[in-house]
Amino acid sequence: MGLKLDGISKSFILEDGTEVRALDRITLEVSDSEFVSVLGPSGCGKTTLLRIVAGLERATVGTIVLDGETIEGPSPRMAMIFQEYSLYPWRSVLANIEFGLEIKGLAGEERRDRALSYLDLVGLREFAGRYPYELSGGMRQRVAVARALAIEPAILLMDEPFGALDAQTRNMLQKELLEIWEKTKKTVLFVTHSVDEAVFLSDRIVVLSPRPGRIQEVVPIDLPRPRERTSVEFARIRRYVLDHMENMAVSSKV
Amino acid sequence: MRYHRVLLPLLLVAAWELAAYFIANPFILPSLTTVVPILANPMSMTYTLGTGSLLENAFASIQRVGLGFLLAASIAIPLGILMGRSVALTDLLDSPIELLRPIPPLAWVPLALAWFKIGLTSIVFIIFIGAFFPILLNTVDGVRAVKKTWVEVATTLGASERQILTKVVLPGAAPTVWTGLRVGFGIAWMCVVAAEWLPGISQGLGYLILYAYNFGQTNLIIAGMVVIGLIGLAIDLVFKRVERRWFSWRELER
Ligand SMILES: Nc1ncnc2c1ncn2[C@@H]1O[C@H](COP(=O)(O)OP(=O)(O)OP(=O)(O)O)[C@@H](O)[C@H]1O
Ligand SMILES: [Mg+2]
Repeated sequence: MGLKLDGISKSFILEDGTEVRALDRITLEVSDSEFVSVLGPSGCGKTTLLRIVAGLERATVGTIVLDGETIEGPSPRMAMIFQEYSLYPWRSVLANIEFGLEIKGLAGEERRDRALSYLDLVGLREFAGRYPYELSGGMRQRVAVARALAIEPAILLMDEPFGALDAQTRNMLQKELLEIWEKTKKTVLFVTHSVDEAVFLSDRIVVLSPRPGRIQEVVPIDLPRPRERTSVEFARIRRYVLDHMENMAVSSKV
Repeated sequence: MRYHRVLLPLLLVAAWELAAYFIANPFILPSLTTVVPILANPMSMTYTLGTGSLLENAFASIQRVGLGFLLAASIAIPLGILMGRSVALTDLLDSPIELLRPIPPLAWVPLALAWFKIGLTSIVFIIFIGAFFPILLNTVDGVRAVKKTWVEVATTLGASERQILTKVVLPGAAPTVWTGLRVGFGIAWMCVVAAEWLPGISQGLGYLILYAYNFGQTNLIIAGMVVIGLIGLAIDLVFKRVERRWFSWRELER
């Protein structure tokens, strides 16, 4: 069971007819409740990979298999959190979280209560009636997380959700995400280009090469959580991952 | 209120009265004392040369504008949504629209008369032309400005095409559509005055001021102009109110 990416390749054909190869034969299995990060330099195809898994984009070659079934489009078992701000500015915080439930046809008290409970989970209860423009960047991403969780998916796809935040907020949200993950036991596929973030969060790190993204290395991390960024072990793993990325950068330049 | 906001109007009134006194010709510049009674008795029949009261004339104009404006909105908004969503349709319609748009609504008068004869239909048609293009173009812009991410969030949450339209595209485009309605109404209101100068019309503010000219009643012309201005202002204020209340997120969103 779980999520399986089977030989995913993706090429974009540009308007002038040139081909951009974004991904090259990505094969990866993610088991239930596992936290897997996809790490790679900018432009290596991380977003593209996540969009293919989410059903927003079709792979040129390869299939996505979820619990033994090949999936062709967006699945209610997965929810995505986008790299850029994605809240609906005309909806209040609560109404944003209710959005997915509205789509599902849930109504009235039940919808409201469910939305409120996820608002509680991200610690923003008292902001229920506020609007996105009244929130800081970190709060907005918390709301986006709550909106994704509210439809109760098995898998969370997260595309550099904390990329635009300052370091302090970012660290805080990473901690909160781990707490939520431990509480809800979701499978998480998390895209980032920060080595530090990947090592702090993940059970496994999948390192992609520069474009076209190819799996360069899979690094399991069995440090107990909560992880200490200043610990020797943490530094060792970070060093190890960084070395891999730097080697790639060097070899791709030659 | 800051005093200089009333200072200038007061000075203008004084200057007017002074000028009227020296010109001493009510056909060129009537004293305000002959204008104010007309405005103060909008239901009275005594000043309006048998055309019905000021209020009745205003009502006739508002009705015509309302009809033409609603007709324009009910065609321009759906068409604008289709054009905003479909590149093919835009390509098809773009050049005819660009050709028709710069033709002033009043240039359509002879054609309107040829097609619809003298009467309500011709007037409504002119107003329709005036309101149509700003509503259409703003709707297209509004729909185009709907962020791709907003639509994709809904897609990943399992929204149908219809739900995407009603829950994402329409609310996302609404502020810009509203701007189009406001501009369109302004133009429609300007058109009605001139359209009421067509032969065969016997009521309406435009008709009233031209009729008053034939009788040398400049005070009635001015009273009519004041009412035309006030109604235009009042309706624009309503549009602005609604904009501030419902659509302020567009400006506040960072
Ligand atoms: N719709 C598209 N059409 C053409 N090329 C595309 C399209 N989407 C992505 N690409 C190209 O595919 C490559 C991978 O893009 P992608 O957005 O997946 O990178 P990324 O790893 O997410 O980068 P970042 O870390 O900067 O977000 C890039 O070279 C990009 O230009
Ligand atoms: Mg990306």
